[in-house]
Amino acid sequence: MRFRHLLRTVRRSLTSRWPGSTEREPVTDGGTATVEQPRSQGGVVTRILDSRFFQSLPFWLPPAILVGFFVYGAIGWNLLISLTNWDGLGDPTYGSLDFSMYAKMFSDPLFWRAAKNTVVLIVGFTVACLVVGLLLAILIDRGIRLENTFRTIYLLPMSLSFVVTAKFWAWMYNPDNGLVNATLEGIGLDFLTAQWLQNPQIVLGAVIFALIWQFSGYAMVMFLAGLRSIPDEHYEAARVDGASTLKMYWRVIIPQLRASTVGAAVVLMVFALKAFDFIYVMFGKNPGPGTDILAVMMYRESFASLNWAYGSAIAIILFVMALAIIAPYLYSQYRRGEL
Amino acid sequence: MSQRTKTDIGRHLSNASRGRIALYGVLGLVAVFYLTPLESGVTTALKSTEAVGETAPFAPPGPNGFSLDAMRTAWNTLAPTLVNSVILAVPATILSATLGSMAAYGLTGVDWKGQVAVVLLFVAAIFIPYQAVLVPLSRFWAIVDIQQYGRFGELGELIITHTAYGIPICTILFRSYYQNLSTEMLEAARLDGASTFSIYRNIVLPLSVPMFAVTLIYQFTQIWNDFLFALILTNTQSAYVVTRGLNALTGGIVQSFNTQMAGALIAAFPTLLVYIFFGDRFAKGVAAEA
Repeated sequence: MRFRHLLRTVRRSLTSRWPGSTEREPVTDGGTATVEQPRSQGGVVTRILDSRFFQSLPFWLPPAILVGFFVYGAIGWNLLISLTNWDGLGDPTYGSLDFSMYAKMFSDPLFWRAAKNTVVLIVGFTVACLVVGLLLAILIDRGIRLENTFRTIYLLPMSLSFVVTAKFWAWMYNPDNGLVNATLEGIGLDFLTAQWLQNPQIVLGAVIFALIWQFSGYAMVMFLAGLRSIPDEHYEAARVDGASTLKMYWRVIIPQLRASTVGAAVVLMVFALKAFDFIYVMFGKNPGPGTDILAVMMYRESFASLNWAYGSAIAIILFVMALAIIAPYLYSQYRRGEL
Repeated sequence: MSQRTKTDIGRHLSNASRGRIALYGVLGLVAVFYLTPLESGVTTALKSTEAVGETAPFAPPGPNGFSLDAMRTAWNTLAPTLVNSVILAVPATILSATLGSMAAYGLTGVDWKGQVAVVLLFVAAIFIPYQAVLVPLSRFWAIVDIQQYGRFGELGELIITHTAYGIPICTILFRSYYQNLSTEMLEAARLDGASTFSIYRNIVLPLSVPMFAVTLIYQFTQIWNDFLFALILTNTQSAYVVTRGLNALTGGIVQSFNTQMAGALIAAFPTLLVYIFFGDRFAKGVAAEA
């Protein structure tokens, strides 16, 4: 939602011509601001000191410097480290930079295995969360009593730490006396019981299921906001046309939820990229073939094996994946003029 | 909303009421699904180790299986980490919310085109996977070396780190709020000769109270729940926050699930409490993520 506003502003500033005023756009990296050269007449200094821009500096510059340093500075530094051969306990040397770590990475079967798991996790988790969230939102939007209670319950797992939910689900999935297997046995589906966390064929599915439990409430909240912004007349019109409830949602309502869907999908995908905590707590730094994802591999290479440069190269891949998710979103919003 | 419902009910009463029952049935089942892991956690945390093996995972402990041992063990292990989590989360939450509010103010009312570029960098920073900064971050704190001051040095690192990475989302939350403030009022104050600072102090800040509630609640939950930064930046056990303490609570070789569930409940308790009392504000913070 805020993207739309943000991009509207971007667009406006791009289309409107710069006024030849004293306030020119300084080149900014989020941390620096250049005061422009004094022009012809005197009083420029006073004007600059009086300008709102100057007065706003003390408010946004310190936070921007912090963010600029810790986020963008760190990413740049990480990129630099990924070009070195730094490992072990010593200091990095930035003398000879090359792409050898990337070459090593692309010929590493473990990297491709982790990359594949990461993509499956992102896609599977996001799609399933969206479907569950949409269904919940539609049910909750049917004008029910206790709406707040249900909504609170569905969103509740999201207030929990990954560490807590990983502990819960390790217990739920445990093969001896876990609730999942106990329930399946209880309802006569013994043949479905499994070693959920031990079998590499199904463990990623089990992880995705647990993450859906934790985050589908978020998708529900997003869709609910989308549903509430659709005018009641659209429901009425569809009803007058004699459309069944199912058809009404499929033809009339769901197509209008595009913005909510895309917004929720972007955030869910980024959540999935961050699923490190959950998998690390559940399986440790060596999750094995079933659930080794890039985030865990990056941690293992850097902080357990001390292959700092290699870990940084994997981190850059994660960063590029995140960019690939959010950049098209921003751009498409801009292109459609819905900004 | 309610209109739609009324027409529904008016038109096909019998159908509708049957549908309603099914609707509530489904909603109730889903609620059971969302609460089951918690319920199973609670019952297990209150069982003796023998009872965990003998009773069904969802069943409450019988008179013989009931035991507070697991709770006691978990509490004794986690109590110091809870203190550390409070020492970390409270200042980091307040700092990031305050700096976010200031940044949002500075980036809203100013007629400076460059603000859009700064805001864009703030927005993008929300979505950065933290893996992309971990190696430089640990390197940076190794160079700065406030770890030499022991437990509080390490917690200080965490406070500054969480503040820095929390600023972007706080700024965006406040900015969307400030953009809806009446510009006429601010303009009038400006024409009256109020300085940028006094406008912030006397007009914007008092109006920000509801948004501070949302931001503080959201940030507190995020920082309390974080594991990754604590994993990278704390080395000494005395500086463990609760998520690290809980992760270490495996109970050695024996998988003592009752102790682990007790620990999970203790670690989750503060955020659960915040969520139950301020759930609507938490939801607002969550919804602002996109």
